[in-house]
Amino acid sequence: MPTPAIAIAGIAMVVLTATTGDVMTASSMRQLGDLDTLKAERGLPRTILAVMTNAHFVIGVLSMTLSFFSLLFTLSHADVSLVAPATGSLTFVSNAAAAKLFLKERVDTRRWIAAILVCCGVVLLKR
Amino acid sequence: MHKSTMTFRRWIILVVVMLCSACGDTCLSVGMKRVGPVSLMHLGTLIAAIRTPWVAIGIVLLLGFFASYLTALSWADLTFVLPATSFGYVIVALLSRFWLHEHVSLSRWIGVLVITAGVGFVTQGPSYTEVPKDPALPEDATEHVGQH
Repeated sequence: MPTPAIAIAGIAMVVLTATTGDVMTASSMRQLGDLDTLKAERGLPRTILAVMTNAHFVIGVLSMTLSFFSLLFTLSHADVSLVAPATGSLTFVSNAAAAKLFLKERVDTRRWIAAILVCCGVVLLKR
Repeated sequence: MHKSTMTFRRWIILVVVMLCSACGDTCLSVGMKRVGPVSLMHLGTLIAAIRTPWVAIGIVLLLGFFASYLTALSWADLTFVLPATSFGYVIVALLSRFWLHEHVSLSRWIGVLVITAGVGFVTQGPSYTEVPKDPALPEDATEHVGQH
C-alpha cells in the first residue's frame, strides 16, 4: 500500500530536480551560444571542454542525476502508474513556468497550450 | 519584422533528438526484457546488461540524444525544444505497436493525437527569444524571435 504523503513528496522532488536540470542546462547553452558556431571556431574537443566546464551545465547534470535517483526512490514507495504520468506531465508545465521566470523566455499562449496538450498526452500515454 | 532562425539543418537536429530518444528507450526496453528482472541483491547484473548489444546500442543512442538536445538548446528556447521533441513519445508508441507488437490501448492512441496536436501548435510559433543585450534599446527592438 503506497504512502500518499511520501509519494506526493517524491513526485514533487522529481519534478523540481528535473526542472532545475532542464533550466540549468538550457541556461548553460544560452551562455555558450550556438554550439555549431562554437565548434566551427574552436573545434570539437574545445567545444566539449567548454560545455563540460560550464558551472550551469554541471549543476544541470547533477540535478538530472538527483532527479533519476528521486524517481527510483519514489517508485519504491508508489505505483509506476501514478509516478510516471505525474512526473512526465507536470515537468512540462513546471518547465514552461521556470523558463518564463528564470530564462526570460517569451512563453506566449501558443506555448502554454502546447505544454498543456503535451502534458495531457503524456498522462494518456503513460496510463 | 520577424526573422526565421530555424534552418533545414536545425530541423534535422530536432528530428535526431526525437529519433535517438525514442529508439534509445526502445532498445533499452528490448535489451532489459532479454536480461530479465534485476534483483536489488544482484545489482552486478546491471553491469553485465550494459555489455549486451541492445542495451549498449540504447546507451549510444541516448548519448546521441543528449548531444543533439544540448545543440538544440543552444539556438532554441527550452519551451520550444521540449514540446517539439515530445513527438518522440509518439514514435515510442508506434515502435511498441509495430516493432515490439505490444498492445497500445485506445487512451494511448488518443494521447498520441493530443501530443501531435501540441507539437503542431508549438512548431508553428517562434523558436527563440533573443535576450536583450543593450538595455538602452526598446523592448520591441531587442526581442527578435524566429518564426517560420
